[in-house]
Amino acid sequence: MADWTQSDRQTARLDYRRRRTRRRAAVAGVSTVAVIGLLALAAVTAPGWHRVQVTYFDLAYGREVLPGLAAAFVLNVKLFVVAEILILAVALVVALVRVIPSPAIAPLKLLAVVYTDIFRGVPTLLVIFLVCFGLPALQLQGVPTDIFWLGTIALTLSYGAYVAEVIRSGIASVHPSQWAAGRSLGLTYPQTMRHVVLPQALRRVVPPLINDFVSLQKDTALVSSAGLVEILREANINASRDFNFTPYVVAAAFFIAITVPLARLADWLALRQVRREQGAE
Amino acid sequence: MDLLVLEQVRKHYGSQQVLRGIDLAVAEHHVTCLIGASGSGKSTLLRCINLLETVDDGVIWLDGRDISDPRVDADEVRRRVGMVFQAFNLFPHRSVLDNVTLGPQRSLKQSTSVAEATALELLDRFGLADKASAYPDSLSGGQQQRVAVVRAIAMAPRLLLLDEITSALDPLLVAEVLDVIAELKREGMTILMATHEMHFAQEVADRVVFIDNGQVVEQGPAADVLDHPRDERTVRFLTRHLGR
Repeated sequence: MADWTQSDRQTARLDYRRRRTRRRAAVAGVSTVAVIGLLALAAVTAPGWHRVQVTYFDLAYGREVLPGLAAAFVLNVKLFVVAEILILAVALVVALVRVIPSPAIAPLKLLAVVYTDIFRGVPTLLVIFLVCFGLPALQLQGVPTDIFWLGTIALTLSYGAYVAEVIRSGIASVHPSQWAAGRSLGLTYPQTMRHVVLPQALRRVVPPLINDFVSLQKDTALVSSAGLVEILREANINASRDFNFTPYVVAAAFFIAITVPLARLADWLALRQVRREQGAE
Repeated sequence: MDLLVLEQVRKHYGSQQVLRGIDLAVAEHHVTCLIGASGSGKSTLLRCINLLETVDDGVIWLDGRDISDPRVDADEVRRRVGMVFQAFNLFPHRSVLDNVTLGPQRSLKQSTSVAEATALELLDRFGLADKASAYPDSLSGGQQQRVAVVRAIAMAPRLLLLDEITSALDPLLVAEVLDVIAELKREGMTILMATHEMHFAQEVADRVVFIDNGQVVEQGPAADVLDHPRDERTVRFLTRHLGR
């Protein structure tokens, strides 16, 4: 690298760029502090601030309910993780069934289309009611009666339809020339799908998938309406007993603590993908 | 009078040096051809002149002004420097006419009527009048590239940069694009082009610059460089590309 000495002009340019970067950072810092400071000042000096603080941000009370909420949140995380794994499996199968052109699986394709159409159209809460209250009432053999598993089934049914469509659009987005290149190497359709197309498609859909999982993470709270004592239900019990909304705020903080890093991860992956595709040009 | 002058221009990506001290001058109304193998740095050089890349050392003078200074308004420079890409890069969601008028309207702030009148006149001159309302995907590669050239010259640039504009074209379509370039030369446009079309360089270029491994190996009047190359690397390159 050092087979030439940097010219004075280039040194001056680099100095200028460094100064400019510092100046920009300073402007960003000062304006951020000023705006946030003014907003905070406005909130704190507003006439109703004390009531807001007592109702939503009661620190002592928040600390008191924290262990109970944290214990309940473990259930949300479990719901999320188990449902996520099941959703990926269901969605991948549904997406492949819809894409594969084999005539032998025509009835399955029809089922897959009906499934995605129905479960994308029906509100998740409604699916939860149908599954959690409806399924046990049928008294069928082998159907779980545990509300956790019923909730997991409901979330899987609802989100599986969304995620299947995301994966399917990912497969469609892989350029046909990749199929041509794979098939012309003598790979069969399933081989080309498995080794050439699907790996590219899945990589491409990771950012939108993470988006869906951020949403899933929030929707685990919906299962509370079927009676599962997860964090929202736990907060609800506390709040109605003590007439204080702080537990809700604490519960919200738990969700945010998971969804914000996930959202940043999705942003980062999407950005990296754009860079990579531009770099490959 | 030299419109564009490069002094010791350097560019590296990480530890890989792409341009290793390029000196180059482009005279007004001249066609200058950059020749050299793929990966020799021709495209990077053009992208540096258009300020799509930042040089790591050296100076680029355009019209006597240092455009490699970080204080320079890059948009203003790009308004005076047209660029045509190897892969056309037409906007697929806009018609041919809208591709051509976008720059003059938004960047040069021309009125719609003025921009469209100019665009239609240019399209007509290059045999594309009947394609004005067509979309890029319905055009042949040669037509798309001619539209891309028209889009660049609709900005009335001082300098036109062409980055291997015929490399993605069917051999039969290459001629129609090169004819456009020859026509632009007759009109006095200053052109700096990276190309693999040696015969075109022989016929049209005023100067030829041979670049190898990020350095200018040989440059001079087209006839000198192409017919009487002095450097051994130029000889080897030309033997391969002119088949003699």
